[in-house]
Amino acid sequence: MTKKMKLSQLSDMLQDLNVESLEGVTIEGDIELNITGGGGLNPALAYAIGSEISQISLHMANIGRILGFPAEQLFASAFGMAEAPQAGQLPTSPKIQELLASKFEVAKVDNWKNPIQEVTLGATSGDGGSRKSTVTIGGENALPYYFDAEMPHRNYVTMDVFDMPIGMAKAVKGNYEDVINDPAEWAKKVVRDFNADMVTIHLISTDPLINDTPAKEAAKVVEDVLQAVDVPIVIGGSGNPEKDPEVLEKAAEVAEGERVLLASASLNLDYERIAKAAMDYGHNVLSWTQLEINAQKELNRKLMKQCNVPRERIVMDPTTAALGYGLDYAYTNMERIRLAGLMGDDELTFPMSSGTTNAWGAREAWMVSSPLNQDSDWGPREYRGPIWEIVTGLALSLAGNDMFMMMHPTSVQVLKEITQTLYGSIESEEIDITNWIGAEV
Amino acid sequence: MKINSPLEAYKFLPATNCGECGEATCMAFAAHLIDRSHKLTDCKPILEEKFKKKYEELDALLAPEIREVEIGVGDKIAKIGGDDVLYRHKLTFFNQTQFAYDVTDSMDEKDLVERVNYIQDFKKFYVGNFLTVDMIAVRCTSKDPAKFAAAVKKVIETTDLPIILCSFDPAVLKAGLEASKGRNPLLYAANKDNWKEVGELALEYDVPVTLFAPDDLDMLKTLAKTFAAMGTEKLVLDPGTYPTGKQLKKTFTNFIKVRRAGIDGDREIAYPIMAVPFTAWMAHDDPVSASYWETVVASVFTIKYGDIMILHSTEPYAMLPELHIRDTIYTDPRKPVTVDPGMYKVGEPTADSPVLVTTNFALTYYTVESDIASNKIDCFLWAIDTDGIGVEAAVAGGQLTAEKIKKGIEESGFDLKKDTTHNTVVIPGLAARLQGDVEDATGANVMVGPADSGRIPGWMEKNWPPQKK
Ligand code: B12
Ligand code: SF4
Repeated sequence: MTKKMKLSQLSDMLQDLNVESLEGVTIEGDIELNITGGGGLNPALAYAIGSEISQISLHMANIGRILGFPAEQLFASAFGMAEAPQAGQLPTSPKIQELLASKFEVAKVDNWKNPIQEVTLGATSGDGGSRKSTVTIGGENALPYYFDAEMPHRNYVTMDVFDMPIGMAKAVKGNYEDVINDPAEWAKKVVRDFNADMVTIHLISTDPLINDTPAKEAAKVVEDVLQAVDVPIVIGGSGNPEKDPEVLEKAAEVAEGERVLLASASLNLDYERIAKAAMDYGHNVLSWTQLEINAQKELNRKLMKQCNVPRERIVMDPTTAALGYGLDYAYTNMERIRLAGLMGDDELTFPMSSGTTNAWGAREAWMVSSPLNQDSDWGPREYRGPIWEIVTGLALSLAGNDMFMMMHPTSVQVLKEITQTLYGSIESEEIDITNWIGAEV
Repeated sequence: MKINSPLEAYKFLPATNCGECGEATCMAFAAHLIDRSHKLTDCKPILEEKFKKKYEELDALLAPEIREVEIGVGDKIAKIGGDDVLYRHKLTFFNQTQFAYDVTDSMDEKDLVERVNYIQDFKKFYVGNFLTVDMIAVRCTSKDPAKFAAAVKKVIETTDLPIILCSFDPAVLKAGLEASKGRNPLLYAANKDNWKEVGELALEYDVPVTLFAPDDLDMLKTLAKTFAAMGTEKLVLDPGTYPTGKQLKKTFTNFIKVRRAGIDGDREIAYPIMAVPFTAWMAHDDPVSASYWETVVASVFTIKYGDIMILHSTEPYAMLPELHIRDTIYTDPRKPVTVDPGMYKVGEPTADSPVLVTTNFALTYYTVESDIASNKIDCFLWAIDTDGIGVEAAVAGGQLTAEKIKKGIEESGFDLKKDTTHNTVVIPGLAARLQGDVEDATGANVMVGPADSGRIPGWMEKNWPPQKK
């Protein structure tokens, strides 16, 4: 039998004991000290309890002595000393002399069982195209860069090229002034000078509200770009839902066999035509929805079931909002899509692409200075813009994005550096950080 | 949190539905305990003596998986840790990553004070508030306890921000602790060599302490277990932040592992984690490259589980993205951020002042409001109820329509014909396609403003007052 009692009760009881009347007293069972009160032991409480316990043991010892036991000898030997302990001093917590060894262990995630679809962009001569190399994305079995499973492919960057001069942030424009009127030269420049893995040619001049360039003429630009570079390409329309199907059909035709990515099929245009163009001429489809996981499922389902697009030809763009302008939605939208895919939702197991260039829409990326005079100085925009694009892309890379559409060369370089570092393919000199505090910087 | 359904929490509540907590029923309150939007102490009855046991049991069940640690005192006190999930959509992340910027005890006093002031004054307006940074980390580079104490003293004289005392030398840390008594600084750091002395300092001064075991999770856990046995759980874990290459990849893996183990219930390692993007400066000589890389590393570990970090670059192009990525990750994904719909007066508008229309999405509203206010434009600004959707998406989704605009203006009792001299409404550039409809609905003149509210001042100069037709 265990009897619980409060410490104070016990000491009161013992205090009240009249030693003379102890005859016949027996102490039965274990006495468990039940110390109540939240949190850990603070030093003051520990001291108080210590003092109580000592008091009790003195009473107990007295009882022992009355019963004829040499209690004082026991005390002296137990404390290894002859004289009494000094009173009035706060005892320190128990001194621990050695580290208490512990082994770190953590399990791998057990419900990531469904791999992401692999999609190859571009086709070499062996496959009926003329690209020198291809790019394969997807295939993941875990969140990006996680130790649970090796990531099969690194992230890739496709750089934007436009078929006409467009408004750009100053920091971006400076890099393209020499090629702004020549999409083929522009494409060459991003591959040669800025290390682009791929090129996206945006046929924005086809928009009826811009130049209304005929689809056939626009297709000519696609041919020029395919001639100019030998990397895989993405072909984008103007975003006009009436005109895009026609434009992308013509573009698909002239690019036959090159396995380009047609951007985009979306719910607000005739996605069947885009899908059909891709099937007819051997391309991939970008399935673009606007920050809505269910819309993404719906469109993917329609592409697969209604348009018979094979799984290995679908890439998703669930929409990128800039840092500070909806990235919280975009990040979580992608993360949820990727997790759902890994956990078995086959309507979401596709690699993803991000229009990272959207970051340049954030005023922090392009404005000379803050429009608010209470703000601290925003510093030079030449540095602010690229890092806005980098951080926007980086966040999405951690959410599962595979491919980035980007504009600024510095952004491309740094984003590649960090994503490939996390992917594990960047070698660098080891740095000893054990004494980083003293580092001279 | 050890429980995850309101029913499980309900069992411990008084079940009287007294309503003191502001909820109609104990069950409703229980649901808010599970989503962590109420604290148990909001239920006053359960604090009574007779419920003590239930209170204690429930309190323990509700405690977050990752321990919460406090640094500093008073208004500026910083809380870190306290998380329950690995993905923000599952609940939300609590206690946003705290950013500490470094100073050293070898700096000259004037520079030190200037830097501390710059750090504590740095601010960026965003969604109705200012984003600011949080702490000062004082690094001992002199190896001299007296010098360190002097620097710490200067820092705490200059700011109320919480501080981190950085040295591996217990004598230096002690000097820092003496100089900052009563400020509850974070000690950085105990490692496998100095743990005994640093542990004793942490206990003696009753302050939180960082455990540093670079790329050695067994040692990190060993230290944490040992410190808990010594009597403190006010711990922060630094698994080491290596700045480049495969070492950085390993660092990333370590962060994921530590947080996953903690959320999965390994109490021995369930503490807040520290990242030190500062180390980017040990890999790059050029300050722009170092700043960039530091920002990149800081962003990675803001997203992936860093609860506190030590940084060096105070360039705005580093601090602004750092502040924004933190806000991105720590915004509560469960609540649409809105303002109350209705009319707001910006400055002191008169009958001649413009009438502007925007949405009640907080990001939109505050962006517009601050653009106008800071440029000293007096006007009437309507936040139309768009269910918290921004202009462009609301136009696309049908939450911002001519009818809504008409209703919004009328409901606030404002009469465009009587209360203004111009009977004119300015709509956002991105809502241009509503112009005709709004004219028909309100009978007012409708002008289309610029697409970005940052351009309103320039636009006003050219277009206001409107030309009489
Ligand atoms: C975040 C976002 C969402 C979020 C919205 C979150 C929210 N609370 O608003 C969610 C995921 C819900 C969403 C949904 C949709 N979205 Co959306 N979304 C965006 C995104 C990425 C950012 C929008 C944003 O927040 N901007 C920041 C705020 C501050 O901007 P703002 O409100 O426009 O305010 C600025 C200006 O308008 C101006 N301003 C504001 N008020 C005033 C007043 C005056 C007087 C003046 C002069 C100026 C002014 O100044 C402000 C500061 O610059 C944009 C794409 C992009 N990168 O811009 C697409 C975008 C707006 N969405 C779009 C669409 C189509 C949709 C959907 C219809 C998609 C769908 N099929 O489901 C739905 C509609 C949802 C609904 N209405 O119910 C399209 C709109 C296309 C169009 N022009 O018609 C966009 C442009 C994407 C695209 N390129 O297609 N979206
Ligand atoms: S205050 Fe407590 S007892 Fe009263 S309704 Fe709320 S939860 Fe129930």
